[in-house]
Amino acid sequence: MEQKGRFGIHGGQYIPETLMNAVIELEEAYEHYKNDPEFKRELSALFNEYAGRPSRLYYAKKMTEELGGAKIYLKREDLNHTGAHKINNVLGQALLAKKMGKTRLIAETGAGQHGVATATAAALMNMECVVYMGEEDTKRQALNVYRMKLLGASVVPVTTGTATLKDAVSEAMREWTNRIADTHYCLGSVMGPHPFPTIVRDFQSVISEEIKTQLYEKEGRLPDAVIACVGGGSNAIGSFYHFIGEPSVRLIGCEAAGRGIDTFETAATVNTGKLGIFHGMKSYFCQDEFGQIAPVYSISAGLDYPGVGPEHAHLHDIGRAQYVPVTDDEAVEAFEYLAKTEGIIPAIESAHAVAYAKKLAPTMKKDQIIVVTVSGRGDKDCAAIARYRGENIYE
Amino acid sequence: MSNIRQAFEKKAFIPFVTCGDPDLETTKQIVLAMERAGASLIELGIPFSDPTAEGVAIQGANLRALSNGITTDDVFALVKELRETVKVPLVFMTYANVVFSYGIERFCRRMAEVGMDGMILPDVPFEEKEEFAPVCRKYGIDFIPLVAPTSEHRIEKIAKNAEGFVYCVSSLGVTGVRKEITTDVERMVSLVKKANPDIPCAVGFGISTPEQAEQMAKIADGVIVGSAIVREIGRCGRDSVPVVSDYVKRMVDAIT
Repeated sequence: MEQKGRFGIHGGQYIPETLMNAVIELEEAYEHYKNDPEFKRELSALFNEYAGRPSRLYYAKKMTEELGGAKIYLKREDLNHTGAHKINNVLGQALLAKKMGKTRLIAETGAGQHGVATATAAALMNMECVVYMGEEDTKRQALNVYRMKLLGASVVPVTTGTATLKDAVSEAMREWTNRIADTHYCLGSVMGPHPFPTIVRDFQSVISEEIKTQLYEKEGRLPDAVIACVGGGSNAIGSFYHFIGEPSVRLIGCEAAGRGIDTFETAATVNTGKLGIFHGMKSYFCQDEFGQIAPVYSISAGLDYPGVGPEHAHLHDIGRAQYVPVTDDEAVEAFEYLAKTEGIIPAIESAHAVAYAKKLAPTMKKDQIIVVTVSGRGDKDCAAIARYRGENIYE
Repeated sequence: MSNIRQAFEKKAFIPFVTCGDPDLETTKQIVLAMERAGASLIELGIPFSDPTAEGVAIQGANLRALSNGITTDDVFALVKELRETVKVPLVFMTYANVVFSYGIERFCRRMAEVGMDGMILPDVPFEEKEEFAPVCRKYGIDFIPLVAPTSEHRIEKIAKNAEGFVYCVSSLGVTGVRKEITTDVERMVSLVKKANPDIPCAVGFGISTPEQAEQMAKIADGVIVGSAIVREIGRCGRDSVPVVSDYVKRMVDAIT
């Protein structure tokens, strides 16, 4: 039997029968529109005119000099409209959903960035929007909840399980089985059943496409390393994609280690998880010996997910990409460091990538180049980081 | 003819219970009572942390069982005890990762050892079944497929390859009690029968009243009830055995 949407042994379509025709319909529509000149033109216009692409590739001179090793460039996805890379995928999927005749978007969100992006696209394209968000995350990211509502979306706090991102995904899937005909599930990361990991990756691959062009313009060559944070892994796969076939480029995904990979309070899936089947895909998951999905922890609501996208699991298996753990402490320190050094406040998710770049750069030569994807901006995190540092600030 | 087929010699009533909710001893008494009350086949749920096809009632049952520390091995031990007396076919209903993490081969071998008859995995559709079904077959376990209101032209291939029975999902959405079932279940069943005249069809999702059961039994070979039972177990806890027993009796009477 043909197994669709596999990355090595990972991926697949482990979903209820009720959703099968919906994902098949989605795959057919995507296969049709992805090469349709009109679709491509519309999406490109949205990227450029609405989202503000291409995003800048910024040479972080002070950071480079201070660390005293490789040259560091920051891919500024934080400068996109809505403040993160999430908009790339959402504009693609919303446009696709619109072409498919869908009038309603549902989405899960962790930190709220994907929810805000989906609410934004829904407002722009006159679509109804419902966002599922773990109740715990609605508290951690209250400002983003307000933003989504302001944009006309309804936000449903999810109280089941650990009340975080994985439960928001489960609840969005449940809602999709309930209402399929007019509804597209705008999944926010390179995860879930086929064709989502492929669709989301393709829409996010604009990141590496631009990095490649921009770095050629500035340096006339490929980078030596590309670093991005990984929850489900959409900004990372977007940053890696056009370099996968370039063996000289090291690809490094930074997982949220929370309080450390030797503790239970971690979300570092590749480093601590094992092979499993969940949320529509085969991949690595944090789980116990009987396959019960483990409660995960990270200071970052956006990386607080017990799985990882199937393509990352495959890149790990074949040794093409490396996945490193970064703790809360390291991420918070990098959050503050980038703010003070470059005047750029990264999302706490992206700060995980910055933290690893800080470790790696000094070990490399001055003529080498690292690109770090700053997947989002950190305004949303300021109050939480202040609290982490013992200051009682509330939004 | 497998044991499961025998369950459909008359209209079958198929109750569901989540193992270990509220504890294993109560589950054992409930299953014994279900058989005495006339259940033709019993679905045993192995709890999973994130049951994405379940509504709030069965989600709650899964959570209660897991918070009691129930493991897959505990469930196998329970079935072994049950099989000392229970004669009706027993079918597991759980999620892919519970089976996969145990080892598909090891899981199916244990199933055969303790006397299970079939397995339902709501997150394993036709496209992914080759990972599970052949191993089940090797151990004499029926891998029971589901068809949904959205399945349409998929019904033919699903039904043709079905083993045990076909689980007809009556409604869109997740498991849970519904006031009305609006799907054309009759058409769904007739498409299954057209593709595979011999395979029994049992209808589940949303059924709770004797009237609904009677109506569904007219068009299908069996009726599956989960959430309505689990809700009572959630309400009455260790005292739920007589309540479930009475309920199963009423439902069995309604369809025969």
